Amino acid sequence: MADVAVATHAPAEHAGDDGHGHGASTGISNTKLAMWLFLGSECLLFGGLISTYLLYKNRIAEGSIGPKDVFDIPFTSASSFVLLMSSLTMVLALSAIQRGDERANRVWLLTTAVLGSIFIGGQIYEFTGFYREGLGYTTNIFGSAFYTLTGFHGVHVSIGIIMLMSLFVRSYRGHLHQAQAETVEIIGLYWHFVDVVWIVIFTIVYLIP
Amino acid sequence: MSTVSETHDVSPAASGDAHAGAHDHPSDLKYVKIAIILAVLTAAEVSTYTFDITGGLLVAILIPMMIVKFAIVAGYFMHLKFDSKMFTTMFVAGLTFAVSVYCVLLTIFEFW
Amino acid sequence: MAIIEQPLAIGTGRAPEVRSPLGVFARPTAKGGWRSWVTTVDHKKIGIMYGAAGLVFFLVGGIEALLIRIQLARPDGSLLSAETYNQIYTMHGVTMIFLVAMPLGAAFSNYFIPLQVGARDVAFPRLNAFSFWCFLVGGLFLSSSWIFGGGADGGWFAYAPNTGVAYSPGHGMDFYALGLQITGIASLVGAINLITTVLNMRTKGMSLMRMPVLTWMLLVTQFLLLFAIPVITVALFLLTFDRRFGANFFRVEAGADPLLWQHLFWIFGHPEVYVLVLPAFGIVSEIIPTFSRKPIFGYSFMVGSGIAIGFMGWGVWAHHMFVSGIGPLSVTAFSLSTMFIAVPTGVKILNWLATMWGGRLRFEVPMLYAIAVPAMFTIGGLSGVTHSVSPADTQQTDTYYIVAHFHYVVFGGIIMAFYGGFYFWWPKIFGYKLDSKLGKVNFWLQLIGMNMTFGPMHILGLQGMSRRIDHYSPGFGFEFWNLIVSIGAFIIALSVASFLVNVVLSTVRYKRGLIPPAGPDPWDARSLEWMTASPVPEHNFDEEIEVRGLDEFWHRKYGYDKDHKVVRIATGEEVAHKGDNKNVHLPSPSYWPLVVALGLPLIGYGLIFNLLLTIPGAILLLGGVYGWVMEPPDDPNKAHGHDDHDDPSPGLALASVGAEEVGNG
Repeated sequence: MADVAVATHAPAEHAGDDGHGHGASTGISNTKLAMWLFLGSECLLFGGLISTYLLYKNRIAEGSIGPKDVFDIPFTSASSFVLLMSSLTMVLALSAIQRGDERANRVWLLTTAVLGSIFIGGQIYEFTGFYREGLGYTTNIFGSAFYTLTGFHGVHVSIGIIMLMSLFVRSYRGHLHQAQAETVEIIGLYWHFVDVVWIVIFTIVYLIP
Repeated sequence: MSTVSETHDVSPAASGDAHAGAHDHPSDLKYVKIAIILAVLTAAEVSTYTFDITGGLLVAILIPMMIVKFAIVAGYFMHLKFDSKMFTTMFVAGLTFAVSVYCVLLTIFEFW
Repeated sequence: MAIIEQPLAIGTGRAPEVRSPLGVFARPTAKGGWRSWVTTVDHKKIGIMYGAAGLVFFLVGGIEALLIRIQLARPDGSLLSAETYNQIYTMHGVTMIFLVAMPLGAAFSNYFIPLQVGARDVAFPRLNAFSFWCFLVGGLFLSSSWIFGGGADGGWFAYAPNTGVAYSPGHGMDFYALGLQITGIASLVGAINLITTVLNMRTKGMSLMRMPVLTWMLLVTQFLLLFAIPVITVALFLLTFDRRFGANFFRVEAGADPLLWQHLFWIFGHPEVYVLVLPAFGIVSEIIPTFSRKPIFGYSFMVGSGIAIGFMGWGVWAHHMFVSGIGPLSVTAFSLSTMFIAVPTGVKILNWLATMWGGRLRFEVPMLYAIAVPAMFTIGGLSGVTHSVSPADTQQTDTYYIVAHFHYVVFGGIIMAFYGGFYFWWPKIFGYKLDSKLGKVNFWLQLIGMNMTFGPMHILGLQGMSRRIDHYSPGFGFEFWNLIVSIGAFIIALSVASFLVNVVLSTVRYKRGLIPPAGPDPWDARSLEWMTASPVPEHNFDEEIEVRGLDEFWHRKYGYDKDHKVVRIATGEEVAHKGDNKNVHLPSPSYWPLVVALGLPLIGYGLIFNLLLTIPGAILLLGGVYGWVMEPPDDPNKAHGHDDHDDPSPGLALASVGAEEVGNG
């Protein structure tokens, strides 16, 4: 037993060459597997919210404010595009840290967070506009379902932004290196998933009336 | 079989290299190309709005494009195409459960 | 050794800094006393706490059951007002399912999955502790509704619109929605953790098809939780938004369809039934081979039928709704799927019987329970099949026949199996056997009591007695059987008391040296958890075990002579590890899981009483997550060798903790 405190541990090359410890029997990362399991589970969360929305969107009383009255497709298309591009910058951040380019990693992390924030800003702007046009959370069943679905997505994006900024700060202080690339990758998975959910919401909620 | 008390002397750098070399990811240029494809698809989606397509035709155009975009992001940006099949299995399991269960739900409500 | 993960908390990648995380807490070091429990990340201690908490809630739910039975023992019972009665039966159901059966299943999962796959601990020890604390604070939050104006009163499945503010003006349903939300986080995080453990932390040679049936059933259970919990999460959020913020999801006058709740609830609720029962099936599948001295009959069919149940459990939810007006086509489809799901369960029962067939049976207490389970579960299963026939179900819905059915499943199947599990693994967990004579008293009282309680309910139901009525008038022919049922309930109470007496007496006797230590392998068992000292040392196994086949431990004890007869080649004591390896690196304990979990009920109270309260809750939650992430998974001050574990990255911690609950605040 070595009495040396080792902070960062053995790499993968030792696979199978000794009986030590209890490593991954599949050879894949625990944390990444856990994140994928979580994302699989999230599918059922958003599926439930989307189904609720689909079921309720047309059940409003005659003359009550509905999707056709409030949606601004060009505006939402722009913010959807911003979120989609944030997936590109996210994957570039990961690619940078994987080859050890910490500066590029920081730039792309920050860009991703900024793009995410623009999306959230757009959503706040959109919600305020809808509210002014008379669609509150309790106004009718469409309002409740719409705000709940998009609100849940917005909260997910916001959590993603917080995580990205935390990574950025860690990196800025010199605590995020190539060895921690997997941390970036896993937060990236979450980020891409949130983007993918928006791809679905944008089509099903906004584009298909 | 060695005992649990054994240890290895490793440097952080070794660990980083091992990770970077673990799988073949696309180059940055390829990521940009993929993003352009996604952008074009999005533009095509939005154009249905300006061309005033409606009803079943609209759904028939939009849903496949949505699925393609979904698959591209999951496959390339999320690396499912290059990573262990285990990840794909877990994610697709959740996705399949979600789609099938909620489709049955909407069918019972006579949504379609 | 396949991969040794780098620690994924964002470390510096350099020599460790010696500091306390965020300067708030010193890394906890207590080895004994309450501190060692509060900060533990050891899957065994967490399992024991799950079990203890489950048993305490079992007593709470039991007292509620007794109140119901006192009320209904005679016609025109007047112990409880109708209003209180609604709360009592609702909380009885909610407590027994979410705060008893689920945590007891989690207790067995936590304690035995790592042991049975030969791992040092679960994949994410701190997340595991978080799961437990989350469950505990959620359960206490839910139960605290009794202090704050009364429990939930909408029935355990809480059908809309009865649960809206208009029909349930108290805070009970708010506690229900938020409390189950919190325990749901516990289940979801636990599921992710345990699936990762099973898939990724198995010891050398432990292929999936060499895992014990218990581990297999628990794995399927965790998958069911993983995919079912988010559905109830959606339903509970919608209910909370309706009640607290005036949303319209279940307000019929706003165009809502209250059936949406029923669907969402049962899409979760039916897999949930298998979440409860599969651990029980797993426990029975461990006990029967051990006491029959035979390997399990049809191992692959046992595993396959468990997986089949897991899949089919998703396709039968609407059989709970045959009288809700879902249309003839839906009723037909779900009738058929319900009939089919009886098949894999039948396979299991057949295999248990075939395992016992020709075996040398030893009727020890665990075996008695394990034999009772198939018998009682078959009764519950058969009455379940009668429900799949929708015309019959239309008659039976909301009568005591249904109550009889699911109590045979839940009590006769699940609780009996858990008792068997307690008696079976007690020596492994605590180092001594529970008293066998008292155990048999416990068993027979239990068996007689439960049949007296739930058997006559079939008759009452077919006579037309509705469930959930707070009193009945004399003259309907309900008097006699109701009295029998109530007497039966008190016999069950006596049986539970005898279990507690057994625990206390056996512990005292063991401490005084009157009963000998059980040794590593008191039952001549088959799976890996018996291959280490009892009680299991903190590091589980002294060295990694290499597995060559199913029932590895048994095959190390038995071989064949030249006539191809089975002969013992070693005793369990000889094969088992001594548990004295002091050089195994263990994950360091942590305060943060508890801190994060404590934020959740505060947010809950805030949503119910005063939104200002959510602020300290959110601070605890977010601050806790940050403290957690910044804390290195291992104490930098502690000298150690390899780290076998990775702890969650901030991504996972934030996403799994945050995504579910920050949306709440």
